[in-house]
Amino acid sequence: MPAKGWIEVSDLYCKGCELCISACPQEVMELDMSRLTPKGYHPAHTFKDGCTGCAICALVCPDAAITVYREVTKAVPAAG
Amino acid sequence: MAAPESLVYERPESFTETPTHYCPGCTHGVAHRLVAEVLEEMGVTNRTIGVAPVGCAVFAYNYFDTDFVEAPHGRAPAMATGVKRVLPDRVVFTYQGDGDLASIGMGEIVHAAARGENITVIFINNANFGMTGGQMAPTTLPGMKTTSSPNGRDVESQGYPIRMSEMISTLDGVGYCVRRSLHDPKNIRLAKKAIRTAFETQVRGLGFSMVELLSTCPTNWGMTPVNSLKFVEEHMIPAYPLGDYKVSEAIKQVKI
Ligand SMILES: Cc1ncc(C[n+]2csc(CCOP(=O)(O)OP(=O)(O)O)c2C)c(N)n1
Ligand code: SF4
Ligand code: SF4
Ligand code: SF4
Ligand SMILES: [Mg+2]
Repeated sequence: MPAKGWIEVSDLYCKGCELCISACPQEVMELDMSRLTPKGYHPAHTFKDGCTGCAICALVCPDAAITVYREVTKAVPAAG
Repeated sequence: MAAPESLVYERPESFTETPTHYCPGCTHGVAHRLVAEVLEEMGVTNRTIGVAPVGCAVFAYNYFDTDFVEAPHGRAPAMATGVKRVLPDRVVFTYQGDGDLASIGMGEIVHAAARGENITVIFINNANFGMTGGQMAPTTLPGMKTTSSPNGRDVESQGYPIRMSEMISTLDGVGYCVRRSLHDPKNIRLAKKAIRTAFETQVRGLGFSMVELLSTCPTNWGMTPVNSLKFVEEHMIPAYPLGDYKVSEAIKQVKI
């Protein structure tokens, strides 16, 4: 099963440029047309399940607007 | 009980909280982020001094949580020279556009490189003068329309593009000089590695280091941010091949 992840997009930084949307390998991102940031942009968000926490959206974001989390599915075996 | 979560990525601590003034989708922001991540990973944020240019990056000092000075147009390598010579234990970098570095500042960059100044230069090539409204730069592609070459750059009357990395790499004072691109995730990762290597060159005292980054200007190119990335891939990379133009023997031994 692929890892389960999720993202938070900051309204302070997001400028709705769509670079994350076109880069997301799972195609789970879009602009949220129902919301405007204080600066007047439609911010990016995930609109369906399937985020793996791969952080490619954060890698291409010019505004460092995205925080990425991944669920820890199983205990990592101790090294050695 | 909620499953335990782990943080995969967050905004670098080497950034201040100030949002940038860059246009949406402009890859100046990606270049800033990579520099911030590298400074943080090397643990040098609190002993770094940046030199800001004239150009869209003129407010860079508002975004990095490091010390900064602002140089007159094109003079960042000269100012960085002075700062580094007076404070040799600091990490000193310039951040310059192609108008700043390859046009008005051509003299300063060439002589700083020739002197082997132990500084790092982050060079943003977006093929125009972004800040002033998209005029032709020395790096504008043949045939490319800008506000000062409205029929497309005519090489007969306006000359040919200047390939800075190739030129700078011929100078003996240079330790590290490479060109990378910011147009996709793989290339962004490679760009970050190059920025890291450039700063490692400096902290080891191995000479002048420069990373040229092919970057977008969606506003003046008149394209969406996504189409601008395609323009970099299809039109800029053929004119400005990515690659390592100079990596000195000592830097090849550096493992990061
Ligand atoms: C001495 C001087 N000459 C000209 C200008 C006008 N000027 C401001 S920015 C700029 C060019 C910026 O282009 P570039 O360095 O490529 O930066 P970009 O905005 O594309 O990132 C020019 C010519 C100036 N500010 N000072
Ligand atoms: S972390 Fe990966 S899968 Fe999740 S939204 Fe970002 S790019 Fe898409
Ligand atoms: S790349 Fe960043 S600024 Fe652009 S839409 Fe996505 S989150 Fe917003
Ligand atoms: S004018 Fe061009 S280079 Fe300057 S911030 Fe806007 S898109 Fe970026
Ligand atoms: Mg420019």
